[in-house]
Amino acid sequence: MIRLIVGRLLFMVPAALLIITFLFALFHLIPGDPAVMLAGDNAPRSVVDGIREAYGFDQPLHIQYGRYMAKVLQGDLGISNYTRDPVVNSVIPRIINTAQLAFLSMLFAMVVSLLLGCVSAMYWNRPLDKIVTIVSLLGICTPVFVTGLLAIYFFSIYLDWLPISGMSSWRHFILPVITLGAFQAAVLTRMVRSCMVDALGKDYITTARAKGAPELLVVFKHALRNALLPIVTLFGLGLGHTLGGSVVTETIFNWPGLGRLMVNSILTRDLPITQGSIFFFAMIFILVNLIVDLVYAWVDPRIRYD
Amino acid sequence: MSTEELLLDVRALRKYFPVRKGLLQRTVAQVKAVDGVDLAVRTGETLGLVGESGCGKTTTGRAILRLTEPTSGEILYRGRDSTGDPDQAMTDVVTATPEQMKLLRRDMQIIFQDPYSSLNPRMTVAEIVAEPLQIQGLMTRSEREARAVELLGAVGLSPDHARRYPHEFSGGQRQRIGIARALALRPKLVVADEPVSALDVSIQAQVINLLQDLQEQFGLTYLFIAHDLSVVKHISNRVAVMYLGKIVELAGTRELFGNPKHPYTEALMSAVPVADPDFKVERILLEGDVPSPVNPPSGCHFHPRCRYAKDICKVEVPAYRAVGQDHFASCHRADELSLYGLKSS
Repeated sequence: MIRLIVGRLLFMVPAALLIITFLFALFHLIPGDPAVMLAGDNAPRSVVDGIREAYGFDQPLHIQYGRYMAKVLQGDLGISNYTRDPVVNSVIPRIINTAQLAFLSMLFAMVVSLLLGCVSAMYWNRPLDKIVTIVSLLGICTPVFVTGLLAIYFFSIYLDWLPISGMSSWRHFILPVITLGAFQAAVLTRMVRSCMVDALGKDYITTARAKGAPELLVVFKHALRNALLPIVTLFGLGLGHTLGGSVVTETIFNWPGLGRLMVNSILTRDLPITQGSIFFFAMIFILVNLIVDLVYAWVDPRIRYD
Repeated sequence: MSTEELLLDVRALRKYFPVRKGLLQRTVAQVKAVDGVDLAVRTGETLGLVGESGCGKTTTGRAILRLTEPTSGEILYRGRDSTGDPDQAMTDVVTATPEQMKLLRRDMQIIFQDPYSSLNPRMTVAEIVAEPLQIQGLMTRSEREARAVELLGAVGLSPDHARRYPHEFSGGQRQRIGIARALALRPKLVVADEPVSALDVSIQAQVINLLQDLQEQFGLTYLFIAHDLSVVKHISNRVAVMYLGKIVELAGTRELFGNPKHPYTEALMSAVPVADPDFKVERILLEGDVPSPVNPPSGCHFHPRCRYAKDICKVEVPAYRAVGQDHFASCHRADELSLYGLKSS
C-alpha cells in the first residue's frame, strides 16, 4: 500500500514537468508578440524592446524554457500582468473556494445517487424505478446554466428563500451546490442503479439470502460494496469535472473560484494567471486520481497492489 | 415407511416465471420451470435429483429453501421442538413467516454450483463462514471466529486461510469454503446444487468424498442435484429423475440404475460412458431439444422424443404411480416395457 502511494506520488513529478512544458509552449504558441501584449498595442518601440529584454524574450527558446522551468520548480509561477501580485497568491484562495463548492456538490451527488440508485435497483422495473429513471434522465439532459437560472428564479426570486449570488454565508452555498451537484447526482444515479441491478443478480447475493440475511443487509453490505468499483471510478471523474467544470456555475452565482479566475484571465490576456490556473487544475486532477486509486484498493481486495 | 422418517415432504410444488411483454409489461405466458413436483426426503439419506439442463432441478432446490418464491404447493419440513427432538407436526416452508423462515434457515442450507460467483469477493473467508452465525445472532465474535476456523478444518482447509479473500483460492478450495459456510449453522438438510459440476474431474472426487465424510460427521441429509449420473450413482441412496418440471421416476439407486421404468431414464443411462471396451450398448439418441417449458407438449411431456410413444401418450398425462417396491414412475407403458439399465460395474 505504501509502495503504491509513494509510486503514485513519484509519478506526479514527470507529469508536473510535462505540464510545465505545455504551459511554456502555450505562452509561445498563442498568436502575438508577448512583449507587445504586455506593453500594449500602441506602446513605443523602445518600451516594447525594454520589456522584451527585462522578461528575457530576446533569449533563444531553450534558455527561456530552462529559466521558466527553474522558476516554476521553485514555486514562482510569475506575476499577474494586471495586479502585479504573484500568481500563487491570487490562485490559492480561489482554489479553496472552488474546492469547497466541488466537494460539497459531490457529497450531495453521492448521497442522493446512492439512495436513489439503490432504491431503484431494489424496485427494479417497477413504477418507483421508472420514476427515478425519468428524473435522472431529465437531470442528465438539463444543462447546468438552465438548472442554475431556474433555481435562482424559483428559490431566490419567486420564493425569496435564498441569496442569489456570492459566498458570504452557508445559505449562499445551497443553490450553487445543488446546481452543480444535480447533474452529477443524475449521472451517478444511473450508474449506481445499473451496477446494483447487476450486483443483486449475482450468486453471492443468493448465498447471503440463504444465510437468512435481512434485505437491507443484503443490499447495503453484500451488493453495494461489490457494485462500488465502477461507481468510484465515475465519482472520481465527476469530482475532476466538478473542480474544472464549475466555470459556468461560478459565473452564474458570481462565485469567486478558480474557474472564473481562469476565464477572466483569458479574457484579459493575463497569461501568467491562465498558466497558474491550468497548472493547479492539472495537479488537482492528478491528486484526485491518486485518491481514487487508493479507494479502489480499499473497496476491492483483489486490487491491493502488494 | 413411516412418515416420521420424513425430513422434507414436497407436495405439488410449482414455480412459474411470467413472460412479460410490451409497454405495460403484461404477462403473456408462463415458463413452467417446476410443474407439480412431489418429493419426499428421508432423514439421513442422500436423494439424488437428476435431469438435463433446464429441466427445473435448480429451481426446485431453490424453491425448497424459498430462495425463489414458489408459485404454489407445499414444502413440509420437520423442525425440532424445544427439547431438540423431531417435531411431530411439520412446518410448511411456503407459508412460514419471516421469523419462522429465519429459524428454518438454521436447518436448511444450500451449496451452490459455481464456487467462483457464490462467494462475496469483498469478504474474507472467516467473514463468509461466520456470517450466518452473526445474522442468526448466535455466539460472540470470538466464538464465531473459532467456529469458522473449526469448520475450515472440517472441510480440509487450514486456519491461516481464514484471513484471505476468495480470489486467492482454487475452484476446489472455494467449493470447500462454500461447504463450510453451509455447515456453519449445523443444518439438518443441505441442498447441494450441482456442487461439483464446475470443478475439474480430479477435484470432483475429493469434494464428493468430503461431502460423504461430513454427512457422517454431522448427520446431514442431502438433496443432491446433479446432471452427472456417475456422481449421483456414487453418492445417492435414492435417485429422482426430472424432465421438464416434473419428476418422471424415483427409486433406490441400485433399482433405478438396474431396472429403469421410464424411457427417459433409459436414455440417460445409455449416455453414461462405461469403462469397458468390450461393452457395447445401444446409445439412445434423444432427438431435438427439451421442449419449451412455456408451452409443454400435450399428454406425456416426453412423448415427442420417446421411441416407445403410443397414441395414448399424446393425449393423456400419465399418472405418477408405484411401479415396484419403493419405485415410482410416470409412464403409461411402465409395466409392459423392458428397458435397459446401466451395466453394473
